[in-house]
Amino acid sequence: MAIPGFLLLFLFHTFPVIRGAFYSFTNWKGYGSYDFVGLKNYIELFNDSRVMDSYIFTFKFAVISTILVNAFSLVLAVGLNAKIKFKNTLRAVYFTPHILSILIVGFIFKHIFTYVLPEIGQTLGIEILAKNILGYPDLAWIGIVVLAVWQSSGFHIILYLAGLQTIPQQLYEAADIDGANNWQKFWRVTFPLLAPFFTVNLVVAMRNFMMVFDHIVALTNGGPGRATESISLLIYRGGFEGGEFGYQTANSIIYFIFILIIAVIQVKFLQRREVQL
Amino acid sequence: MIDSIRSKVFPKRKKKKNINWIATILVILVSLIILFPLYITISIALKSPQELAQSVLAPPLRFHWENFAEAMEVSNFWRSLRNSALVSIPVIFLTVLSNSMVCYAIARNMNNRFFKFLYFYFVSAMFVPFPIIMLPLVKQMSGYGLTDNLVGLIIIYIVYSLPLNTLIYVGYIKTIPKSLEEAAIIDGGSIWQIFWSVIFPLLKPINATVAILAGLFSWNSFMLPLVMIASRKLMTLPLAQYAFQSQYSIDFNLAFASYLLALSPMLIFYIISQKWVISGVLRGSLKQ
Repeated sequence: MAIPGFLLLFLFHTFPVIRGAFYSFTNWKGYGSYDFVGLKNYIELFNDSRVMDSYIFTFKFAVISTILVNAFSLVLAVGLNAKIKFKNTLRAVYFTPHILSILIVGFIFKHIFTYVLPEIGQTLGIEILAKNILGYPDLAWIGIVVLAVWQSSGFHIILYLAGLQTIPQQLYEAADIDGANNWQKFWRVTFPLLAPFFTVNLVVAMRNFMMVFDHIVALTNGGPGRATESISLLIYRGGFEGGEFGYQTANSIIYFIFILIIAVIQVKFLQRREVQL
Repeated sequence: MIDSIRSKVFPKRKKKKNINWIATILVILVSLIILFPLYITISIALKSPQELAQSVLAPPLRFHWENFAEAMEVSNFWRSLRNSALVSIPVIFLTVLSNSMVCYAIARNMNNRFFKFLYFYFVSAMFVPFPIIMLPLVKQMSGYGLTDNLVGLIIIYIVYSLPLNTLIYVGYIKTIPKSLEEAAIIDGGSIWQIFWSVIFPLLKPINATVAILAGLFSWNSFMLPLVMIASRKLMTLPLAQYAFQSQYSIDFNLAFASYLLALSPMLIFYIISQKWVISGVLRGSLKQ
C-alpha cells in the first residue's frame, strides 16, 4: 500500500515541484510556446519593485501577527488554565474562529471595518475608529492583522494550554515556599518550561502567516493600490491572470527558499532556550 | 496561582474549591471580542434594512427569517452545500482509510531502507506548501482533465494530507505492540485481515483526529477550489460566497444571511462535537 501512496504523492506533489523549477527558467505565459531564458526571471525578480513590496509586506505582516497572536494566546491560556468557572465553555468559545472559513469571516470583518467600527467611533467620538482603515494604504494592514489574530488565536491557545498542563504543580509549590510572587512564578517557572511550545507556536504561526491569502482576498484584495498584496496573492494574480507563468514559478521558488530559511532560523534560535526538566 | 497563595494564608479554606473570579471575569470579557463578529453576523442576518439603518449594534426587534430564504436562492446555497459535502465526505473517509494503510505499511517496515526513505520523503513534503506548487499543479491537473472537476479536488486533498498524517499515524502505530499481530499471524490471518481486524480498530482515536483535520481542511479551504474550479455549478461554499460577492451590493442583510448560512454547517457540527474537534486538532498539531 505504501507504493501507490508514494506514486500519488510524487505525481501530485513532487512532480509539480520539478515542473515548477523547469518553468522558472522559461518565459512561458501559461499558454502558447515558450523559450528558455536562463536565469533572467530570477534576476528580474530582484529588481522588480512589485515583488519586493510583496515580500516586505508579507514578512512585516507575518512578524507582527506572529508576535501579537502568541502574546494574546499565551495570556489567555494562562487565564484559562487558572481555576476559573465555565472553563470548557470558554475554551470552546475561543476555539470557534479556527473552525470557520477565513474567507467568509473575512467578508464579515470587512463589513465591520467599513460600517460598524466607524459608526461606533462616531458615536463615541474616537477619531481612529471613525474612519474605514481598509481604505488607507498605510492602515489597511492593521485590519488584516486583526482578522489574522482573531482567527488563529484559538488554535494557539489550545497549544499553550496543552503546554501549561505539562508543567508539574510541585514547581509552583516550591516557588511558593521560596516566597515567589505570581509575576516571578510566571517568568521563572512557566515561561522557561513552555519553551518547546513556544517553538511550535512561533514556527507554525509564522509559516501560516507567510502564506496569507484568504484574509487579504476577503478584506482588501491587495489594495488600496497594491499596499496589501501578499506573495501568494501576487503569484496567483501574475501566474493565472497576468500571463507571467514562468516568472511567477521563479518567484515561487524564491518564496519557498525564503520560508525555509525563516523556519530554520526560528528553530535554531528558539531551541537554544528550551530547557530540560 | 492566586489560589495557592490564598490557601496558604487561609489554611482552613484549603478544602474548598477556590474559583479565581478575577481571572474568570477577565477571560469572559476578552471572549466578547471573539463573540462580537458572530453577534454582528447573526444580528444583521435577522434584521430588516430599515432596522439596520437605525443602528448597526442593536439586536433585531423582529426576526426576519425571509432573509435566509432569499439568500438561499441568490447564492444557490443548496447547490454549494451539496458540492462541499460531495468533496468533504469522500475526503474524510478515503483519507482515513488510505493514509492509515500506507502508514501501517511504513510503520511496520521501518527497518527496511526503502520504507525509511518513504517515511522521510512523505514528511518532507510538508515543507512545500500549496501556494508554491499551485501554478504547475493546476497546469498539470488541467492536462489530466481534473480541473473544474470535484474528483480532482478530492484527489488533491487526500494526497496533500498524507505528509502530516504520516507523522500522526506512524508515531501512533509504533506504540502498538507487535505481539498482537504475531498472534494473528499464527492463527493464519493475512496482512489484510490483520490490518482490518487488529490494527484499524486500535487506531480509533487517531482516525478521529485525521478525520477532523481532513474535514476542516477540505471544508474551509478557499485557495485550492479557487484555482481548480471555474464553473458555478461546482463551487464549494467559500468559493460560492466569493463569486456571489458582487450580487449583494448594498443589501447587507441578504449578504449576512448568506454568510451565516455558509458558516452554519460547520458551526452546528462544532457545537455538537466541540470536545472531539478541539482534542483532534490539538493531537494533530502537537505532531508538527
